[in-house]
Amino acid sequence: MRMTDTIPSKPTKQRKAVALISGGLDSLLAAKVVQEQGIHVEGINFYTGFCVEGHTHAIRKKDKEKQKRNNALWSAEQLGIKLHILDISEEYKDIVYNPKHGYGANLNPCLDCKIYMVNQAQDWADENGFDFIITGEVIGQRPKSQRKETMPIIARESGAEDRLLRPLCAKNLIPSLPEREGWVNREELYDFSGRSRKPQFELAEKFGFEDYAQPAGGCCFLTDANYSKKLADLWAARGEKRYELDDIMLLKVGRHIRPKPNFKLIVSREEGENNFLRGYKKEFTSIHTVSHGGPLTLLEGTFDKEDIKLAAQIVARYSGGKNAEKVTVEVENYNQTSYVMDVTPMQPHEVKEDWHI
Amino acid sequence: MPKITESQFIKLESSQSSMETLECSRLLCPMPVIKTQNKLKEMKEGDILKVICTDPGTMADIPTWSRINQIQVLGYAEFRDHTIQFLLRNTL
Repeated sequence: MRMTDTIPSKPTKQRKAVALISGGLDSLLAAKVVQEQGIHVEGINFYTGFCVEGHTHAIRKKDKEKQKRNNALWSAEQLGIKLHILDISEEYKDIVYNPKHGYGANLNPCLDCKIYMVNQAQDWADENGFDFIITGEVIGQRPKSQRKETMPIIARESGAEDRLLRPLCAKNLIPSLPEREGWVNREELYDFSGRSRKPQFELAEKFGFEDYAQPAGGCCFLTDANYSKKLADLWAARGEKRYELDDIMLLKVGRHIRPKPNFKLIVSREEGENNFLRGYKKEFTSIHTVSHGGPLTLLEGTFDKEDIKLAAQIVARYSGGKNAEKVTVEVENYNQTSYVMDVTPMQPHEVKEDWHI
Repeated sequence: MPKITESQFIKLESSQSSMETLECSRLLCPMPVIKTQNKLKEMKEGDILKVICTDPGTMADIPTWSRINQIQVLGYAEFRDHTIQFLLRNTL
């Protein structure tokens, strides 16, 4: 060997990370920060059934003008990474029914949810030969799940332990395995904390990200007070915490009115919701107005003829015949039988405030 | 990504020697994307999959998902029966 020859160094292994991609700005930035350090990153996204993405845009006609895009897919495309979408809606029910760490301000089991998702990501990483996991968590960003004291709980209870890297606030935490091993440079990670979004906006600008999603309250319907109220009502009416996927889809649609404990009405508010509810006519008794234009309404629960009459009067109140003496409605049973009846529309003051869920 | 007419889609479909069909009618996004992803994982590389959807959101989501996962969309079309149909070539 001549003196000028260099000894070939042992090639370093290409490290791989899986990033939890919600579609929001923080997960996008966290993945980008690690990607910038030469790590191979792929994304993972979870479908719980409560995701804000997609559904309501597909249902409501007034939203049709809005750009229809799935923000998790959009994030992955911005990053140039693969995105794996996992359907966890069935297993997720246990988390919603009995969150070990309790609910947040509404029926949002954020801490249990995060633990479960990181756990699933860890399993996926093990199966697919990935070295560590990235999340967009920031200390103090969310009151339930993103606090200094919850960070180690998530790492421990998910089983990810020190393979969990939070690039946006890593400098405020004990160094994780990827940092200690030198797979990523800790100095190029961040120390964000608190509820301010300013540091994230500045980083987004640095990376050239524009038009990113900024969903208020996150990307989960369970953080929404009105939605949680409807879910709590559903459980109270059933006498137990139980739901199917169709139940939680229907909670996103229409006015929900419960005039008696044994049944409620789901009254569509516009054409898009009408079309969506039409798809459920084989599973629910429905009422629609015949003599006047009006909303399609589903009845959920148990009810007798008097209940149906009461429901029909409420439906008539929301129809074009609300000021008419009589409105003709058709009642269609889920077994395809139907009949028509005339009813007097309820007056606005007769539809009691506490009937509205 | 080629959005084509219904008649062009039918022609393209009939030119395939073999094909599997995935029914995603009534499903809302992202379920059609998840079902497509899972179905393609079971299929061989190069196989053709037809996906039938009704959620207009799939016109954005399936091509985007395909693009980032390097799946080839041969074409998609809106049909008169209000379905949206996709023809994909598997590369997973």
